[in-house]
Amino acid sequence: MRKVAVIGVGQSKFGELWDYSFREIVLSAGIEAIEDAGLEGREIEALYVGNMSGGRFLAQEHIAALIADYSGLAELHIPCTRVEGADASGGLALRQAYLAVASGLHNIVIAAGAEKVTDVGDRAVEILASGVDREWEVFSGATLASLFAMMARLHMDLYGTRAEDLAMVSVKNHRNAVKNPKAQFRKEISIDVALNSPYVAEPLRMFDCAPISDGAAAVILASEEVARKYTDTPVFISASTQATDYIALGSRKDFTTMDAVVFAANEAYRKAKIEPKNIDVAEVHDSFTIAEIMAYEDLGFAEKGKGAELIREGITELEGDLPVNPSGGLKACGHAAGATGIRQAVEIVLQLRGDAGERQVDAERGLALNIGGTGATAVVTIFSR
Amino acid sequence: MLPRFWRKIKYRYNLLATKCENCGTYYYPPRNLCPTCRRKSKIVETKLSGRGEVLSYSIVHDVPESLKEQKPYVVAMIKLEEGPVITTQLVCDPKEVRRGMKVRAIFRRCGEEGEAGIIYYCTKFIPD
Repeated sequence: MRKVAVIGVGQSKFGELWDYSFREIVLSAGIEAIEDAGLEGREIEALYVGNMSGGRFLAQEHIAALIADYSGLAELHIPCTRVEGADASGGLALRQAYLAVASGLHNIVIAAGAEKVTDVGDRAVEILASGVDREWEVFSGATLASLFAMMARLHMDLYGTRAEDLAMVSVKNHRNAVKNPKAQFRKEISIDVALNSPYVAEPLRMFDCAPISDGAAAVILASEEVARKYTDTPVFISASTQATDYIALGSRKDFTTMDAVVFAANEAYRKAKIEPKNIDVAEVHDSFTIAEIMAYEDLGFAEKGKGAELIREGITELEGDLPVNPSGGLKACGHAAGATGIRQAVEIVLQLRGDAGERQVDAERGLALNIGGTGATAVVTIFSR
Repeated sequence: MLPRFWRKIKYRYNLLATKCENCGTYYYPPRNLCPTCRRKSKIVETKLSGRGEVLSYSIVHDVPESLKEQKPYVVAMIKLEEGPVITTQLVCDPKEVRRGMKVRAIFRRCGEEGEAGIIYYCTKFIPD
C-alpha cells in the first residue's frame, strides 16, 4: 500500500442553506478543495461521495452522477461512486478514496460528502432515524435521541456522569464554533441555558442534540509522490479503519460502549503505530453530547466510565492538552449527515497545516471519528504532518 | 410500509421469538441465522414468557408525528427472562419508571396511518 496525502480541502457553510440547492452546495465545497490543492480539475481520476439519503431528503438517487454532471467531471467520464452508511457516509467515502489511492489504482481522487435536509422540513428528524433499526426500534416508539438517551441514562447510573458534564460538552462545542466561520451556531451558550433547555428525550435536552444541517465538504487525496508536486505541506493519512456492530442497540453487549468504535480505533492505532496519548487533536461524532463522552472512552483517551473527567478538567477544550471538536463539532458546526465525515477531515487537515485561524491548536497528529446511527458503523482516520 | 408490518405480525403480536437449539440462545427480534453458530444454527420458533426488567429508559418529549397523542411517553430497553433485549414502549406514569423495574408484555395499539388509515397493534410493556 502506498502512502496517501491530503492535498486540498474545502467546505461549504453548514446550516439552513435555504438559498442554495444540493448541487450548488456540493460544487462550492469541491471547487474550494480543487483551488486549495492548486489543481486545474482534469487531474482528478475518481470521485467518491458520501450521502446518507438523497432519496428521502430530495427524492434524488444517482447522487454521484448528478455531482459529476454539475461539476464537469462527467465530461471526463471518470468513475464516480456514492457511498452510504447513514451519517458515517462521509467517513466511508473518505476511506474508499484512501483505498483507491493507497492501492495504486488512482493517483488523485476527490472524496466529498453532501446532504441537503431542510427541504423536507420536520421530516428530516424521522429520515435521520433510518440509520437505526426501523422495524424493531423506530416502529416500537424509539427515536434516535431516545436511543442515545438510554445510553446516557445507563452511563450516568453506572459511572456517575452528570447532566452538567453533558451540558459542558455542548458549551465547549458552541464556544469553539464562534471561531469557525463555516459553523452553523456561532454563539456561546451558558451552562444554565443548556441545562434549562427543553427535554428531547430524558435525560437529553435540546442542547445535547446536534442539529440536522445542509452542507458539503470535499478533500483531495493523492499518492505521496504526486502530493509533493502540488504542496509543501501535505497531511498524510496514517490509518483509515472501519468497523461494524449490530444495528439495533439492544443486540449489543454493552450500551455504554460502541464496540465498532473500539475496534476501528484499536486497528487505527496499530496501523499508525501510535497510542491514544499520541493524538494531539480530534474531531468526534457528537451527534448527541453523550456520544462525545463515550468517544473519549472508546477511543482510549479516558478509561471506561471516566470520560466525563476530560470535560470537567478542561482537557478537551481548545486550550487543553487534547482539544476535541475544535470546529464546534456536530453540535455547533452542524451535522449535515453524509457530509459530516468529510467535514471532520477538513478540520483536522486545517489544524495540522496551521490554517485553522482563530481556533488553531498545536498539533502534529489528529484523529477523526465518524459513526453511523447509534454506532453500527464507525470510521476512524488518523492524520499526521 | 404496510406489507413490512403485517409480514411480522405473528412475531409482533405474540412476542414470538426464535431460538438456536445449537447454543440455546433466544432471539427477539427473531433471527433466521444465529450470529454465534452461523452455519451450525438450528433455529426454531418459540414463545417468550413476556416478563423482563428495565435495563434503561427514556421519557420521549420530541415525538414522531404518528405518536404525538401519547406525548410524553416512555421507551425502554427491556431484558426478557429468556435473554433478548427488546426496545419498546413502556406504558406507565413517567415518574414511576426506573432501572431494574419488573415489567410484563401486553397487546396494545401502536399507531395508525392517518385518521382513516389502518391501525397498528404491537407488544408494549407495563409494570408487573
